[in-house]
Amino acid sequence: MGRPNLPLLEVKHLCIEFPTRRGTLVAVDDVSFHIDPGEVLGVVGESGAGKSLTGNAIIGLLEPPGRVAGGEILLDGKRIDNLPYEQMQRIRGKDIGAIFQDPLTSLNPLYSISRQLVETIQTHTDMTARQARARALELLQAVGIPAADERLDSYPHEFSGGMRQRVVIALALAANPRLIIADEPTTALDVSIQAQIIALLKKLCHEFGTAVMLVTHDMGVIAEAADRVAVMYAGRLAEIGPVADVIHHARHPYSHGLMGAIPTIGSGTARLTQIDGAMPRLTEIPSGCAFNPRCPKAFDRCLAERPVLRAAGPNEVACWLY
Amino acid sequence: MAVPQPVADDTAPLLRVRDLSRYFDVSPPLLNRLVERRPRRILKAVDGISFDIPRGKTLSLVGESGCGKSTVARCIVGLHAPTGGSVAFDGNDISRLRDRAAQAPIRRRMQMIFQDPYASLNPRWRVFNIIAEPIRAFRLLTDTAGLQRRVDELLRHVGLAPADGAKFPHEFSGGQRQRISIARALASNPEFLVCDEPTSALDVSVQAQILNLMKDLQRELGLTYLFISHDLSVVHHMSDYVGVMYLGRIAELREAKALFARPSHPYTRLLLDTIPDLRHIGRQRAPLAGEVPSPIKPPPGCAFHPRCPFADDRCRTERPEPVEVADGRVACHAAAENRLPG
Repeated sequence: MGRPNLPLLEVKHLCIEFPTRRGTLVAVDDVSFHIDPGEVLGVVGESGAGKSLTGNAIIGLLEPPGRVAGGEILLDGKRIDNLPYEQMQRIRGKDIGAIFQDPLTSLNPLYSISRQLVETIQTHTDMTARQARARALELLQAVGIPAADERLDSYPHEFSGGMRQRVVIALALAANPRLIIADEPTTALDVSIQAQIIALLKKLCHEFGTAVMLVTHDMGVIAEAADRVAVMYAGRLAEIGPVADVIHHARHPYSHGLMGAIPTIGSGTARLTQIDGAMPRLTEIPSGCAFNPRCPKAFDRCLAERPVLRAAGPNEVACWLY
Repeated sequence: MAVPQPVADDTAPLLRVRDLSRYFDVSPPLLNRLVERRPRRILKAVDGISFDIPRGKTLSLVGESGCGKSTVARCIVGLHAPTGGSVAFDGNDISRLRDRAAQAPIRRRMQMIFQDPYASLNPRWRVFNIIAEPIRAFRLLTDTAGLQRRVDELLRHVGLAPADGAKFPHEFSGGQRQRISIARALASNPEFLVCDEPTSALDVSVQAQILNLMKDLQRELGLTYLFISHDLSVVHHMSDYVGVMYLGRIAELREAKALFARPSHPYTRLLLDTIPDLRHIGRQRAPLAGEVPSPIKPPPGCAFHPRCPFADDRCRTERPEPVEVADGRVACHAAAENRLPG
């Protein structure tokens, strides 16, 4: 992929650890990737693969005792992983917006939508209350809330799930961030609403040139919205590449199995491809390649030596087959 | 899909549901009604639905949240008493059985698998006791050795090891817990399983394992499934018949192949359009405009008309009744009048 400018976000050798009584668990292990301006990077993997942790580390919201144990996170070439809390708070919202899975818990039920939007806008800009309110209305219209002027002073419980998620997107966009971390933004929503929200995210990225890190386990959402996809397994990157290549020509046996496990209409297969077993617990990650006990193509080297990401066609794959 | 049926001569459907309805009273408290003159409010979660499930087959109900599909499941297994209509299991009307003793013989023959494997297993019980509970409750086996053998067999059947019986649910992953739920459901030798979103809490690779297991068990044991899901691709994979529900009613009930090849009801069509398709990267799904209306105040006429591109005056005033078509039935004026394109 041509990279005309510097990437917007660079994650280099990120490690996230959880110290426990029985030793340190490595939840994210040496993960590196970048996101270009205006690009949508999909991050997929099973629950516990470390997708959300990576996202939370980028916005500096890792829950203790989890901590960044190594590596660097750079926004516009400047490190943001070692910033003091107050400085990070300014970046969060202004430069990096966040959308979480459950729209009800990301909104404060006691404050009206307008108050939450105005507060966010005024935190990050020097608008007056009146200007901020006008901007709030603009945002609600941009995310497609019907009769936005009447609903500005409504409370979150007066909105449906899909509408709440639109409000959360409006909040994330409030300060015109250049990067949005969207962590399972459509998982709690019905399919028909899902399509609306994804279409909206894509449209906004296009209009405002916002880059998105889209964390999800839903390959359908990825196929539709992402430019590139990163596949995570047991805290490590298994494969990263352009969306069409990862979905149709997955190199890594894990991503290959993952694609076959998705029931599709019109495929007519009686049985789904099945990856036997389950992702290892963090306490029991095998030596060598983390996928080797479940891998149909594993050989000696996979048991002994951990593969590194290397180019295989348009993708980068961490697998000794390449 | 040819399913070998142990009772192939018995052609009567195993489950026959007729005009099933379940209303919930969501009125404000009596005092508020008297003082503030607020009216009674009735939520029609399920409003007159009918279907049959032949032996050894799978019927799926799909729809968005709040369309009443789980309420149907709960009415069938007896967790809710239906407001109206009948549920006949193997010829016996079970919707009017109120006392536990009368329900027990039917209950042994139908079991349920729930959505959340984290909430549906008692965290303080060992897996052995969880699976043995239905056997004990129905007094199917009384000797300890026989019980042990049966539980071991069930654990192996769902792909777990007999040694797992000594563990507690928290020692298992989500997919393994769902296997335990399936073993528990199979413990009383049921013929009919109601599966309420059995895989929607699971990751895709684990979902594939569970769906394959369910299909294998159906073939081996001749099970009949009522499968509830919001995921059309999973439904497509599992079903012989599909009922599409919208606001408590069945919009379209067809043979699965026909429904996916030639959807008739505009809601089914729109729902099929919103399925993410891995074959078309970057395809813009046709976003279905609007949202499901409140079931407390459903729109008059056809409940789908505010979102339907083919709605006319008749749709806005007159409720469409299901009309028989070649391989099922469809409740749509536009389909009945041949107003739909294609």
